[in-house]
Amino acid sequence: MPLPVTALIPRLREICGDDGVITDPNRRRTYESDGITYHAGTPGVVVLPTSTEQVAAVVRLCSESGVPFVPRGAGTGLSAGALPHSQGVLIVTSRMRRILEIDIANERAVVQPGVANLEVTRAAAPHGYYYAPDPSSQQVCSVGGNIAENSGGAHCLKYGFTVNHVTGLEVVTPQGETVRLGGKSADAPGYDLLGAFVGSEGTLGIATEITVRLLRAPQKVRTLLAAFESMDAGGAAVSAIISAGVLPAAVEMMDALSIEAAEAAVACDYPPGAGAVLIVELDGPAADVDAQFDHATQLCRDAGAFEIRTAADADERARIWKGRKSAFAAVGRISPAYIVQDGVVPRTALPEVLRRIAELSAESGIRVANVFHAGDGNLHPLVLFDDSAPEASEKAAEVSGKILDLCIEHGGSITGEHGVGVDKACQMPEMFSPADLETMDLFRSAFDPGGIANPEKLLPTPRLCGERPGVRKDVHPLVAEGTAEQF
Amino acid sequence: MTQDETTTTPPAEALSAGGAVVREATPADAVGGRVPRYVARPPDTAAAAELLATAHRLGLATVMRGNGTASDWGAPPSRVDLVLETTALRSVEHAAGDLVVQVGAGTPLADLQTRLAAAGQRLTLDPLVAGGTVGGAVATGLSGPRRLLHGPLRDLIIGMTTVRADGVTASSGGRVVKNVAGYDLGKLHTGALGTLGLTTSVTFRLHPLPEALRIVSAEAPDAETAQRWTHAVLGSGAVPAAVELDSHQAGPLTLSVLLEGAEGGIGARAQAVAELMDGAAVAEGPPARWSTLPGNPDDTLLKISTPLGQVARAAHLVHEAARQQNTTAAVSGSAGAGVLFAALPTAAGAAAVDAVARGLRTALDGGVTVARTAPALADAELDRWGDVPGLELMRAVKQRFDPDRLLAPGRFAGGI
Repeated sequence: MPLPVTALIPRLREICGDDGVITDPNRRRTYESDGITYHAGTPGVVVLPTSTEQVAAVVRLCSESGVPFVPRGAGTGLSAGALPHSQGVLIVTSRMRRILEIDIANERAVVQPGVANLEVTRAAAPHGYYYAPDPSSQQVCSVGGNIAENSGGAHCLKYGFTVNHVTGLEVVTPQGETVRLGGKSADAPGYDLLGAFVGSEGTLGIATEITVRLLRAPQKVRTLLAAFESMDAGGAAVSAIISAGVLPAAVEMMDALSIEAAEAAVACDYPPGAGAVLIVELDGPAADVDAQFDHATQLCRDAGAFEIRTAADADERARIWKGRKSAFAAVGRISPAYIVQDGVVPRTALPEVLRRIAELSAESGIRVANVFHAGDGNLHPLVLFDDSAPEASEKAAEVSGKILDLCIEHGGSITGEHGVGVDKACQMPEMFSPADLETMDLFRSAFDPGGIANPEKLLPTPRLCGERPGVRKDVHPLVAEGTAEQF
Repeated sequence: MTQDETTTTPPAEALSAGGAVVREATPADAVGGRVPRYVARPPDTAAAAELLATAHRLGLATVMRGNGTASDWGAPPSRVDLVLETTALRSVEHAAGDLVVQVGAGTPLADLQTRLAAAGQRLTLDPLVAGGTVGGAVATGLSGPRRLLHGPLRDLIIGMTTVRADGVTASSGGRVVKNVAGYDLGKLHTGALGTLGLTTSVTFRLHPLPEALRIVSAEAPDAETAQRWTHAVLGSGAVPAAVELDSHQAGPLTLSVLLEGAEGGIGARAQAVAELMDGAAVAEGPPARWSTLPGNPDDTLLKISTPLGQVARAAHLVHEAARQQNTTAAVSGSAGAGVLFAALPTAAGAAAVDAVARGLRTALDGGVTVARTAPALADAELDRWGDVPGLELMRAVKQRFDPDRLLAPGRFAGGI
């Protein structure tokens, strides 16, 4: 039998100091959820370690006592991966936020897990370098959280995900051992545990020191916005660009409803009457970018774009991006409540899936705004509803679930970047066979034989999947207070 | 099959029950000098799964083989009863519009590239060993020059189907590039030398073939210069697809920078890079020995991973260490990614190889492994892996996936 979590408190105070342990119920409740507020629970106790040694000592204590622990970074996650355990220890990395090294000769940065994503780029920028993964919450989300979720971002079409940019980790395993996986060099000997750890959602341990690649900032960045009468026309432009062999840094699309919301919220001044807008960004060597930019512009025109704007400078680029970046929060202007979905379909299936989503919306009377990373088929439908209306949230949840079914039906994925967490654990069997899941569980148990690291996340369990999934009822708290954007 | 049947049915017959073509092995089938008893060639994943389940039941040690071009990688397995040939697992499902392909593990890599090229696409994997299969590439985890820009092989894999030691078929990942559902187990199998399971099919992300390419090459007089040039090229914003180093003997080092992209811009880019390296020449095709391993096929081969700032020095140190052991070395690899290979001639004995590897481990950060030995050294006393951080976790993973140690036992790090 595991010890009650309260029995650990004196030892936790010895390890993390009095100011590093939170037991007061009200203060504990501030950690009750991450970005998905409808999954909430008060943690048994919260610790705020400042060093790898403290994390290891806390985890070792948990391991010895059979008490579960849940790692948490900045709490911006969108799959309830950091949902606390009521009988567990919530290990928050917010006091581990030092950039340990910017090493330009080796093109690496070494950081603690609590460092905000954007701080890495800020520290590298004076040298002409940057850290490529750019999740929309990058001003506040932590690099440690990015490791857990294998975070992407608008530019991952060209630059890949977190896993493609991490070369080394110091990890505290669920048994409290501190292990180094990789370092500043590539291809560490042995199994690629580093690659498998990234995206493991806190179920294999806690990354306490992270080594990431720094990239040379591109010589040139060019951005265009193209307005189309319909989503089909916009989709055709995306297909034409990709099949012409152009690899943009980002290709983003919004439909009429999300444009309307963005207009209401931030007056983004997108071309009136657009049924779809497409944002295409190219970066790289100047000569290459210019050639490809002209090509992409022509392809948009050929696909029926009735207006094309190009950004002449960084300000104009920011203006083009403004509507897109504000879209999630902006739907709050046109709907009292909404669910943010995250699904992926093969790019060629986009037109068909968007039509089916429109049908679903028409049949159910539930409005769906489409904002998505068109280049890689990553949909973020926003399912709008009025939470004061009877059964509206249930209906919205149903539509949201059916959209995921559509993704799976078309050979896609239930999550492109938000992760599985608690939120989608029960949908995993729709994508994976029992043998697939059992094999994943074997892997998990190699790291965590005691089953104490972020339990009830990522893989379905009978207890978890007996419950009904909830819905999102309000704007992300960080967005509401203005510290984060979502897109 | 009941326990009784297991004990009475001859193994060859039991192994073929699922549809695999089974034959007695010959000395030509030896792996690391061990001649197996049987060679089995399953026609599809289902048959491969049944075959492995049977081998598991019979307690047969099994080694996977594609075209056999890398059978000498890793340590020789401590025992081999069955060689599982993947060459019938051939299939190519190309979703050109999605820049994705799903390939059977036995498909020759060259055949795949021919198919993809017809659609103006490629798998951006330069094979370092010619003639291999897709499964073999995954098992060795080898990545050639273009890994610099497009990532090593593991970054190109978006889904994988494998059969476990107990015959259970399991998939991870999927058929879309952007996907974070579940553990990415394909990473584990990449470079695992077949010790965690049989890879039967792999889904890759693809890239369009570039319009144009240029190679800018120059000879650096010494390691310091080569290092300075490498840093300048990587930091220039030229975005090279590859920066290769070739140092086939002590002394000057050749740096070759590959640029790919739009026809309109390639000339100016090449010129800009040429200005960073004294005496640089621009060519429209790769030089001789591009994307190959150094030395001869029977040489002992070290793999050296270092931080970028130590790459050229690493090449220099290899020559120094070889000279001290009264032997020679040839070094080449990706200066841009920090992964080199060093070939030591067949005549170099185990003590010399061990001394070179140990010396490099002491002098450099990163990893130095003896990836392949000359045939005469197959059973020599050698520290092939050096210190492997995380080895206990690796053992735990192996224990979960193959608790009876039936898959290429002993071939991997720490005797896994």
